[in-house]
Amino acid sequence: MAGDRRPDPEQLLRRVQAEEEQQRRGRLKVFLGYAGGVGKSFRMLDEGRRRRERGEDVVVGAVQANPTPEVQALLRRLEVIPLRKVAGVSVMDVEAILRRHPQVCLVDSLAYDNPPGSRNPKRWQDAEALLAAGVSVIATVNLQYIEEQREEVERITGKRATQTVPQSFLSTADEIEVVDAPPETALQRSSDAAESAAGSGSRAQQLSALREIALLLTAEVVDHQLEAYLRRQGLEQMWGPHERILLWITPHSQAAAIIASGRRNADRFHGELFAAYLSQPDLPPEKKAVLDENLALAREADAQIELLDAEDQVDAVIRFARAHGITQIFVKRHPQEHLWDRVVGSPLDRLIQAAEGIDVRVFPE
Amino acid sequence: MLDEGHALKAQGVDVVIGYFEPHGRKDTIVKAEGLEIVPRRKVPYRGTAFEEMDTAAVLARQPQICLVDELAHTNVPGSERTKRWEDVQVLLDAGIPVVTTLNVQHLESLNDQVRDFSGICVRETLPDWVVKQADEIVMVDLPPQALLNRLKRGAIYAPEKAGQALQNFFKESTLVALRELTLRQAAHEVDVRQDAQKAAEVHGPASGKDGPAPVLSPAETTDRILIHITPNPATAALIRRGRRVADFLPADCFAVFVHGESDFRDMPAAQRETVERHLNFARNLRIETRLLQGKDAARTLVEFARLNGITQIFLLRPQRAAWSTLFGRNLLQQVVRLARDIQITIVAERRREKPV
Repeated sequence: MAGDRRPDPEQLLRRVQAEEEQQRRGRLKVFLGYAGGVGKSFRMLDEGRRRRERGEDVVVGAVQANPTPEVQALLRRLEVIPLRKVAGVSVMDVEAILRRHPQVCLVDSLAYDNPPGSRNPKRWQDAEALLAAGVSVIATVNLQYIEEQREEVERITGKRATQTVPQSFLSTADEIEVVDAPPETALQRSSDAAESAAGSGSRAQQLSALREIALLLTAEVVDHQLEAYLRRQGLEQMWGPHERILLWITPHSQAAAIIASGRRNADRFHGELFAAYLSQPDLPPEKKAVLDENLALAREADAQIELLDAEDQVDAVIRFARAHGITQIFVKRHPQEHLWDRVVGSPLDRLIQAAEGIDVRVFPE
Repeated sequence: MLDEGHALKAQGVDVVIGYFEPHGRKDTIVKAEGLEIVPRRKVPYRGTAFEEMDTAAVLARQPQICLVDELAHTNVPGSERTKRWEDVQVLLDAGIPVVTTLNVQHLESLNDQVRDFSGICVRETLPDWVVKQADEIVMVDLPPQALLNRLKRGAIYAPEKAGQALQNFFKESTLVALRELTLRQAAHEVDVRQDAQKAAEVHGPASGKDGPAPVLSPAETTDRILIHITPNPATAALIRRGRRVADFLPADCFAVFVHGESDFRDMPAAQRETVERHLNFARNLRIETRLLQGKDAARTLVEFARLNGITQIFLLRPQRAAWSTLFGRNLLQQVVRLARDIQITIVAERRREKPV
């Protein structure tokens, strides 16, 4: 099996170079919080303290202004590289840190904008420079400052963050750790607690919505790690902690109900939604219209649409399901049952029988 | 949990430790220092004295908040109650708020999934409704690599136990999968509390300070799930799955067993006991159960579903041998034929495929 995919020497060399590069680079760990006041800075500094006590060479590169008493207590036990003033604004002193060259540097608030005239426009780019120089970085970031999450956050809070970190930088992190706390805690400790709530719902409700996003975002990252791990170990896709729902779309009848249910279930279980249909070139126009309408609905419901090509429709659906780790197949009954089906079994019977290891949900006509 | 105990104490709250499990972990033991511990109760069992939470002593002490470690723990035989969560229930009923801890693999509804990716069947489980009634859930996150490092440093178990743990639950792939499961479960818990909060704002506060707010508002519950109980051992997994879907949607949940004999007690003893065990299990997960009598199980089941406005029937896949089209249909095929107006979910046994 391994022989099938033996890489050519060029590829091998590139991979070795990439691995060496990876080894020279510092390791990035990110503490992700859903709002201010959940305790990210504390957790970052506390980890710095523990590592220092275990003999690692740790410095603080940047920490938020106005630290809480708990954070101040930790800072007293750590070496702090003072911030530098550029145009009257404090920035992390990357040059000083690089000269000092510690094993680990703690960097608070990755989404900080540096003033003009700084080495890099963004603090996360400073962190990147440290990593490239072989310094490991432990950093913090708030959900609302992740570029790709900004719109969703704005929808909830009515506020738009101006300083951001691209999610692509965060996904280079070797470790991401979510800092969770009940919204009340965040409200008590947060500096923006006094702010009146914009957007919809109370501030507590907004925080709760943000909290859910942060947890799910981390779950996504962990899911990718799991897949990568399984691939490395040569293990098959397993029935993991993640629901994947497949809608079997046909030209026989309107599929609005099954699509709506699929979407709702995928949302409720925070899973993925697929919709598969079979290529049938000789479809009469009225059936073609039904199929097109169904596919449009599936697309609207944000399902990943797949066209399957096969002799046998049941085989095709099962094969797709197995290849994509599908956990549930949603299928609508055929309006008419052929006499022949009573003898050899209807496609539905055969689907249920073949779908070993996969749930099948049959919807009314 | 202990950190929160210290924070509460610093705010002047009267906190005690009802039970905490040091596992010989130095960091943890240090953290318990400075907090009042209610002495444990000694329970003799087979010549050894085991220690459990002294619930009566905590009640007598009447703290403002009680910290209780490892909610899913099973008490040693001879204790007043079988499970620690039942002790916690007693404290809550007495008006003592509890801060407690739980590992995700102990949640009943996740039992099958956890077995599938870890190969371990967790026996100490906790019905999901116990967690549902919590006012607040906090996710304690740690990347698996950090946990493995702690384990190797001996921060979690003594060395001889650590080696064993590394081969079982602490395999990296298992930890990564458990972590993802925890994150998704935590997101779900946040989600349902958010819905409850919104519902409370619409309908007005549903309950006072004394009881936990109901997580589901009845108005939102449109789905009704019916689980078909049989003596098949896979029924336990079917019940868990039905319960979990009902919790997520949310939906009402029922379970029925159909017996052909005119009296349930006339069934062969072994089968009857298995069915009773399954029904009990369902009731423990707060599923309403019924015994139905009928010669034609499929018809009886579908008629009950129609009468009770069931929207989804949960069935097990029959064993391979039961598949036949020419020589009569199995129960599943019959239900599929009869219940053309109801959703039918055929639940698969989910087993990890062995690596090739």
